[in-house]
Amino acid sequence: MGKVEIDVAYVAHLARLELNDGEAEAFQGQLDGVLGHIAALGRLDLEGIEPTAHAAPIHNVFRADEPRESVPESDALANAPLAANGLFITPKIVE
Amino acid sequence: MKTDYEPVIGLEVHCQVRTRSKMFCGCRTGFGESPNALTCPVCLGHPGVLPVPNREAIVRTIQTGLLLGCQIDEYCKFDRKNYFYPDMPKNYQISQYDMPLCRGGGVTLDRFSFPKDAQDSPEASARKRVHLTRIHLEEDVAKSTHFDTTSGIDFNRAGTPLMEIVTEADIASPEEAFAFLTALRLILVQAGVSDADMEKGQLRCDCNVSVRPRGQKAFGTKCEIKNMNSISGVRRALAYEIARQIEVVSAGGRITQETRRWDDDIGQTSTMRSKEEAHDYRYFPDPDLMPIRTTDGLLEEARARLIELPGARADRYTRDLGVTEYDASVLASDPHLARFFEAAASGASNPKGIANFLLNDLLSALASSEKALSECPVQPADLRELVGLIDAGRINSKQAKEVFREMFETGAAPAAIVRAKGLEQVSDTGAIEALARQVIGAHPGPVQDVRDGKASALNFLTGQVMKLSKGKANPKLASEIIARMIKGDPLVR
Amino acid sequence: MSLPLESVAALRAQLRAGEIRPRDIVAAIRERVEAHNPALNAYVHTDWDAACAEADRADIALPLGGIPVAIKDVIAVRGQPCTCGSGILQGHRSIYDATVIRKLRGAGAIPAGRVNMDEFAMGSSNENSYYGPCRNPWDTSRAPGGSSGGSAAAVAGGLAVVALGSDTGGSIRQPASFCGCVGLKPTYGRVSRFGLVAFASSLDQIGPLAHNVEDAALILGAISGHDPSDCTSVDRPVPDFAASLEGGVKGLKFGVPKEYFIPGMDPAVERAVRGAIDHLAREGAEIIDISLPHTEYAIASYYIIAPAEASSNLARFDGVRYGHRAKDPADVIDCYARTRREGFGSEVKRRILLGTYVLSSGYYDAYYLRAQKVRTLIRRDFDRAFASCDAILTPTAPSPAFRLGEKLDDPISMYLGDVFTIAVNMAGTCGISVPCGFADEGGGRLPIGLQIIGRPFGESTILRAAHHYERTTPWHRERPPI
Repeated sequence: MGKVEIDVAYVAHLARLELNDGEAEAFQGQLDGVLGHIAALGRLDLEGIEPTAHAAPIHNVFRADEPRESVPESDALANAPLAANGLFITPKIVE
Repeated sequence: MKTDYEPVIGLEVHCQVRTRSKMFCGCRTGFGESPNALTCPVCLGHPGVLPVPNREAIVRTIQTGLLLGCQIDEYCKFDRKNYFYPDMPKNYQISQYDMPLCRGGGVTLDRFSFPKDAQDSPEASARKRVHLTRIHLEEDVAKSTHFDTTSGIDFNRAGTPLMEIVTEADIASPEEAFAFLTALRLILVQAGVSDADMEKGQLRCDCNVSVRPRGQKAFGTKCEIKNMNSISGVRRALAYEIARQIEVVSAGGRITQETRRWDDDIGQTSTMRSKEEAHDYRYFPDPDLMPIRTTDGLLEEARARLIELPGARADRYTRDLGVTEYDASVLASDPHLARFFEAAASGASNPKGIANFLLNDLLSALASSEKALSECPVQPADLRELVGLIDAGRINSKQAKEVFREMFETGAAPAAIVRAKGLEQVSDTGAIEALARQVIGAHPGPVQDVRDGKASALNFLTGQVMKLSKGKANPKLASEIIARMIKGDPLVR
Repeated sequence: MSLPLESVAALRAQLRAGEIRPRDIVAAIRERVEAHNPALNAYVHTDWDAACAEADRADIALPLGGIPVAIKDVIAVRGQPCTCGSGILQGHRSIYDATVIRKLRGAGAIPAGRVNMDEFAMGSSNENSYYGPCRNPWDTSRAPGGSSGGSAAAVAGGLAVVALGSDTGGSIRQPASFCGCVGLKPTYGRVSRFGLVAFASSLDQIGPLAHNVEDAALILGAISGHDPSDCTSVDRPVPDFAASLEGGVKGLKFGVPKEYFIPGMDPAVERAVRGAIDHLAREGAEIIDISLPHTEYAIASYYIIAPAEASSNLARFDGVRYGHRAKDPADVIDCYARTRREGFGSEVKRRILLGTYVLSSGYYDAYYLRAQKVRTLIRRDFDRAFASCDAILTPTAPSPAFRLGEKLDDPISMYLGDVFTIAVNMAGTCGISVPCGFADEGGGRLPIGLQIIGRPFGESTILRAAHHYERTTPWHRERPPI
């Protein structure tokens, strides 16, 4: 991990995040600084070290295939910015 | 010049796993409910919710993997596939990236999985195995409906367990693709892991297709085609797309890598989107879900549910039971029929005759009375007995049909019907000899004709014996006795 | 009538004696909130009528019967706003209850009021809130800490009896330290996360903030336990925390890690924490020197893992199913991009960008996978330490409360302030902050916190140690000047 520069525009597009005026420049400097700090991890020899994804080493946590009541339609759509005929409405999706 | 090019096809099949509840929440899986009626905070991706995997979906996916000869690793996990789309409640899909439930495996293409018009082609008899790359388990997305300026989203489907079955670029023609999907679908349905109805969207297939000059190793530029809603639609779409690509390449043009949509009404593919940007899905292990260890009961449970594949079953019927290839494939393609057949053929000396009677007389009787096999009044053992009576010469095939009609109407056992109707053939040599002597005495002309080698005369004399016996004599036996008496017995001179 | 709002036990005694009713407690809280919230900005939403109605139904025979609990605005309560201190969730009301809310109600408690926080729990000062900063009751020009700043300020300021917070990298313990109250982060998996709006799923944990250790133990006991709705919750028995408080510190062995006493640390903090360690030694505890050698890498790996998980967790805020939506979008992508621009604040955007970057194509191994390996090293540090001691003593934060605005334009300096708390989350174990002294700052006094870190699922031990420390020191009886 040498000197890294984050491509703010590309990453913002991936995150579907438009930036306000000036934010791109400010974030560029700040994030490059954070990545510079993170680069310290490059000093560690991690050969043969297993990654830790979960604090507790448990596996096979499942539920039985038992249906439960769904929520009423009024709840499902209660917070919708726009809804009609039981559907959530968005700007037209162009595939 | 069109023979200069060959197509290379790989399929990505999405198949809803048959479960009662969704993959990560307790909402019922269903079709045809009113919009968003089958939703909850989890499958709507509300703030704060967490997924809990449906064990049954995992077992059924492993079961599918075992049926298709896949390798099942000890450790598997769920990952998040991150991309934004309005049909995705969380804007990431819980899927599997580098540790899927199943790897490898394949589907063997049997002749009768090919379209009818291609079953006699050499490729239909080649018993080719289409190899799988992997099968992984993920969650289905919501359904969108498009209006003039807006779209509407129904999350009922969102979160339904979905297997993605990915093939190698192994498929060499639209007919092979058809055969692969037909055979795969049959396996999924028979194993009970999916209803796999393409029209209901329970089975969906995207095709990656390219063409290359025959003999060339490198792949051509591929296109992905989507929006086929039947297996024959897949065949048509591939045929169109291959012809299109060959035409472009033959004319010196280049194929653009893109996604194309099939329109079944006009029979054409057209550009849907070009791959202007490589997808960057930012896969990472889902921190909300724990790893899967298949050796802790899951694999064992999936194994206990294994069924015989239709192809293997048909092979067994042909090989071990002497059933014709066609009859075997018909019997094996329907688990109920196969079960009935196996019960009837168990311990029988003539399984081929049973298959024949089952597929002709019994199925047509069911069809004309609009009954399902499960409602069939004739028990498998009775069918076995009936065929046994024919084979033993106790009734002839015409009588058998009469007995069967009675069996189908009353459910009575064949022997009882034969007895009650007095149908049993007379196979008592002494009784038949008496009648034969009578007939021979009465018809010296035909007797002479038999001596002269006229076969029709023997039939005539046999007919006379049958007449005297009121149809009960075993005709084969009668004919043998008459011939022996005329040719061999000096007393008859 | 003045009620003993600083003690659940005292309130329960009065309730049981029939001297007060649950609605009297709600009314007393309401009075305090109406008087002081304009200065503190600790509560962002209240519905006192609903709280009173619920109080009237409360069964005071239950362990927390009739006790109101302030809820961090990141935990779902059906029918109440749940905005995570963000513009993007303005208007959103939860359609379900978090598991901790069900459990609190099951114990007779009343979720009463939603308290301020850094947006989506990202921050250490509560300045990243859509509602404006919450203020420290000891000095309203200073930060209450974060992200559970509202929880800590409400408790310390006497605006709540107890509160729930959430802790991803110190978000309960650091504000408890800044505001002079008790804050406990349980072991990962001890408390269900179902209904906690996720920041970093592998690190988040809900925990109590309280005036005293006993109250923290009571709340922890009520919210702990296995939850089939959360795969990461651990199925193991929950001890009676409140019953295990007694026993003192004699025979307990405390480790003091050398890496937690660093140059540049506030001298008042070092003095207070050293004093606390000496005090525990005098009380009969054994103190040993230990080392947690990978401490210096905790922040760097945290600032990979937490933003990475957050970038994915926060993708759902897109204006389709709930929350803010940009006006007149040209198309779906425009709708997403503007909704998220308008809805999220700067810190959230920074972390989404950072997290998206470290997961993007080609960087996963170099960042996320590497950080997970460092997590393994940090866990091993703690495993090794706990082989030779029962608990670990450290400062909770390197300084007392800083001034609002002081670090706002310097994210790295803000991030480094979490240096003593983050490793506990990375290791997945438990920690508690208790008041251990004061720093004199410009004529006022600012609280300082002692952090006691326990073994995984060793909450009983740290509660017992903290309880003994509290009982034998005066700090928790000090009240802010509001």
